[in-house]
Amino acid sequence: MSHPFTISPSPHVRDDDSIQRIMFSVILALLPAGFYAMYLFGPRVIWLNFIAIGAAVITEVLCQLVMKRPIRISDGSAILTGLLLAYNIPASTPLWMPAVGSIVGILVGKQVFGGIGYNPMNPALVGRAFLMASWPVHMTVFNIAPHGGTLSGIDAMTAATPLNAFKHIRSILLHADQYTTNEVAEASVTLSKLYGSYSNLFIGKVGGCIGETSALLLLIGAAFLMSRHIIGWKIPFMYVTTVFILTWVFGGVAGLFSGNPLFHILSGGLILGAFYMATDMVTTPVTFKGRILFGVGCGFFTVVIRLWGGYPEGVSYAILLMNLTTPLIDRLTKPKVFGG
Amino acid sequence: MSVGKEFIKGMVRENPVFRLLLGLCPVLATSSSVMNAIGMGVSVIFVLVASNTLVSLLRNFIPPKIRIPIYISIIATFVTVVDLIMAGFFPDLHKSLGMFIKLIVVNCIILGRAEAFASKNNTFYAIIDGLGMGIGFTFSMIIIATIRELLGNGTWLNMPVFGTQFEPVLIFVLAPGAFITLGFIIGGMNWLDHRRAAIATKS
Repeated sequence: MSHPFTISPSPHVRDDDSIQRIMFSVILALLPAGFYAMYLFGPRVIWLNFIAIGAAVITEVLCQLVMKRPIRISDGSAILTGLLLAYNIPASTPLWMPAVGSIVGILVGKQVFGGIGYNPMNPALVGRAFLMASWPVHMTVFNIAPHGGTLSGIDAMTAATPLNAFKHIRSILLHADQYTTNEVAEASVTLSKLYGSYSNLFIGKVGGCIGETSALLLLIGAAFLMSRHIIGWKIPFMYVTTVFILTWVFGGVAGLFSGNPLFHILSGGLILGAFYMATDMVTTPVTFKGRILFGVGCGFFTVVIRLWGGYPEGVSYAILLMNLTTPLIDRLTKPKVFGG
Repeated sequence: MSVGKEFIKGMVRENPVFRLLLGLCPVLATSSSVMNAIGMGVSVIFVLVASNTLVSLLRNFIPPKIRIPIYISIIATFVTVVDLIMAGFFPDLHKSLGMFIKLIVVNCIILGRAEAFASKNNTFYAIIDGLGMGIGFTFSMIIIATIRELLGNGTWLNMPVFGTQFEPVLIFVLAPGAFITLGFIIGGMNWLDHRRAAIATKS
């Protein structure tokens, strides 16, 4: 006997929210940055995006067929994973790399744990971490210089990202006694050029991974998502604020409080990570305090990796690390039952 | 109790690596190349058979309350033998296995077999059990190492397999690759088991 009504325990929320609506809103919000990347790095970006998305979707379907689960490809989550993965690789990577990244992201990052809703880590970042560990040269050498605009000529020759240049310069300035006076003087000139390039950093006329360069377009997309209540303010706000404070205090070369926080916020994948990947609903805490803690943790690890770690950029590892602490944070910040 | 059954159980049904999940530390750490896996496996076979033999011979003389320290002393003796022989005759292999040869002392498989089998059975069966388990361990190590070395280095036993076009998937010779490989093999074996059980209940 079947009931005409759905019987379920409270709370009863009537809403038109669905996984599909959320996923396609995020994809829509990401599109402007993608179109800009096509202009910036050339048509190759289109292929990388299509290959990443195609591989993600095919892997998802194959996994669900093999595991005899319902095919849920229309929810758009695999498309989003593929798109985010493509945004997280340099435009000069070989064409097979986004495919490998997507396959690993979906298979190892998501389906083996039970599919959507059960993945402990962001699948796109799992794919990126896999590529980073497997082919570090392809992932850290940016061979395609950004179209037209450059960081005051610094990246014209090497196509280096702002953070690559920053890491190199900072190590010269911090160990000034090991370099010639010429090198040190040159480094401090470059550093002031880097710091003076806010407008390029904000618009995105700099080298970097495909989708991370333009802070402006990513922020417009994020504002759209916030207005639809798909992402909250807590994690991105705390993430960016923590990076701001820590890089201001420790990021400089002339002692404490000499850093340039704006440079650190606008460069690298921070905006992309903070607004689009650290806000993934499955892999982040659900409580108010938990989200604050999550954002602070992401910011802390990002700055530690950027300033003292081996890689120039730490956003992806910071988010992956904090993803893994999510169950603990949720348990720690569980609110008391009212009256209990 | 049959000789064949005791010998074969270590291969699949009670495979120490894929079934009992014992001694995973050396499995994860030294399976980055087939050569290392074989070196580690042969060392474990020797120590396992020798310690099983001695524990079984002494099983009526070991006071139960202090049996673990005695097992450890026996195992440590044979590990020292392996360590010195390997350092003397295979210095390269010894160098690449490093600490993990000495760590065989605390390997769960060896202590586990001494406690669970050798101390309760006669010497002949203890030797058969040690051989079976040791070969099962070595076999599992070689399977994992084959996958990791092929993908992570493009070689098998240091012979290049793929053409020069192949760009090795570095992660497979690093620690995460070991976990991913082992996880997928165990998952696959569990899947086969479920399938076999499902077919058995159906018929």
